[in-house]
Amino acid sequence: MEENNKSVGIVKTQFFQIEDNIELESGTLFGPIQVAYETYGQLNETKDNAILLLHALTGDAHAAGYHSEEDKKPGWWDDMVGPGKAFDTDKYFVIASNMLGGCSGTTGPCSINPQTGKPYGLSFPVITISDTVKVQRKLIEHLGVKKLIVAGGSMGGMQALEWAIEQNDLVNACIIIASTGRLTAQGIAFNAVGRNAILSDPYFNNGDYYDKELQPERGLAIARMVGHITYLCEDAMHKKFGRRFQDKDKPNFDFHIDFEVESYLEHQGRTFVDRFDANSYLYITKAVDYFDAAYKYGSLENAFKRTNAKFLIMSFTSDWLFPTAQSKELVQALTKEGKDVSFCEIESPCGHDAFLLEFETQTKIIKSFLAKERGLYEQSL
Amino acid sequence: MNNHYNEYKGLHLNYEIITNIIKKNAKVLDIGCGEGTLLKMLYDQKHCSGVGIEIDQHNAIKSIEKGLSIIQGDLLEWLKNFADNEYDYVILNQTLQSTEKPDMVIDEMIRVGKKAVVSFPNFGYWRVRFYLLFNGTMPKSNILPFEWYNTPNIHLLTVKDFFEFCQKRNIKILDSIYLKRAKAFKNFFTKTMTNLFTEEAVFVISK
Repeated sequence: MEENNKSVGIVKTQFFQIEDNIELESGTLFGPIQVAYETYGQLNETKDNAILLLHALTGDAHAAGYHSEEDKKPGWWDDMVGPGKAFDTDKYFVIASNMLGGCSGTTGPCSINPQTGKPYGLSFPVITISDTVKVQRKLIEHLGVKKLIVAGGSMGGMQALEWAIEQNDLVNACIIIASTGRLTAQGIAFNAVGRNAILSDPYFNNGDYYDKELQPERGLAIARMVGHITYLCEDAMHKKFGRRFQDKDKPNFDFHIDFEVESYLEHQGRTFVDRFDANSYLYITKAVDYFDAAYKYGSLENAFKRTNAKFLIMSFTSDWLFPTAQSKELVQALTKEGKDVSFCEIESPCGHDAFLLEFETQTKIIKSFLAKERGLYEQSL
Repeated sequence: MNNHYNEYKGLHLNYEIITNIIKKNAKVLDIGCGEGTLLKMLYDQKHCSGVGIEIDQHNAIKSIEKGLSIIQGDLLEWLKNFADNEYDYVILNQTLQSTEKPDMVIDEMIRVGKKAVVSFPNFGYWRVRFYLLFNGTMPKSNILPFEWYNTPNIHLLTVKDFFEFCQKRNIKILDSIYLKRAKAFKNFFTKTMTNLFTEEAVFVISK
């Protein structure tokens, strides 16, 4: 743990059990469900100072702080969550949970099915963004929260959007970063390649690999490599790696790792398999592909008729996976419905990953937006 | 010149003039809102609600920091997105002359707004005319400080140009305020004199 007086410090993942079945979007009844979550800051007496953070594809409940004194790596959005930070834990009760179908404490395909005593594997039901939000709602009610602000980047932005539209009674404000109302064909295509890599791994064994000696690690690593390329951008990769060779100055003339960029992807793939489950990757990417905020109501405008939340939408100039045009689509629909929305396209060379990296600009914008949401500006009249 | 409109002074004279024009609790759209100074005045002093549109990221963030709702982007692109008469006022302050398609911008403003407020520096001001006449170079002043090659003001106009524009398109001029040397006037006797003595003009127009 680094010395950092702006850190939330040592935190502990907690667990909440949903005993009743939940009706999934597919019509399947599913349960019981365990939810892994962390909270930072204090819930106020009126129970309306909560912020729910929604993680991206491979995130977890550990958004901020450290798990122990020896812990070197803080939570995934530590730059944004803490005392005085964008999501200020002196003012807000910040909640983060692992999504349904995940592999970091919330029930997912690697969890034990109580009826068989074995991991679900591919017998786990296909889930959607709407299903994950329903589960989060149970957690929010369990914590006694009456009103909340939802915020997330990438897939987290999709969940925030789903919250604002479908759980509109609870949501005061919604922050959507580097996200979209629906993935492009290009986005679905990249996810499909990732899933194919996993499904065609010789050790995948139809999803039943948990007790086997060999796991579908290669497939999952390749899926991560493809994903990682989409999180960067050409310019960022060129600056980071150029055409440099790895630890040498001339080519191998074989098919081992030649270039630095190859070595980097290999490393990303290899480290990913230690922390992520191949089945979860299948289920979650599928949920992302299925998400379409306009589908159920015929148009985004109709969907937004349901919400009175204030919106903050941000995109990044070099993000080609969730391009600015897709954020604009949301802003356009919101303005057509006369909803309160602010939109910023942040200049960044970091590609889609910018939402995890460009924290200074995001902090300025989010802090101001939240201050307005709390009516601080009105009070200063 | 005894018909002073009001005793305005200070740097942001036209902000004050526009704030005076806008009715309390109005729904306003400020296009090209810069750092949001005017919109903030309207929020605070007139309890207005509404949105600002600003293309520059840093300005947009400064506006958001003032607690305003801001959409970062091109004003014409976003104007097209709003419904007819959606706002009580659409404001274009000191920006008309730097828009790419001022005619389309004004058309959209009076479509989206029940009223539109437009302000611009008057290129027919006598000092501007004299500058060109005697120097033979493109006029510069406090309001127009740029060189010809780096000016954002690509569609400079005069008060007379604006009158003719409105007449041709059947646009109603509901109110007009003329600024000269940090003072505001209702008019300068005749239209020719007005065009000669106005440094900056503020018009309230509608369909």
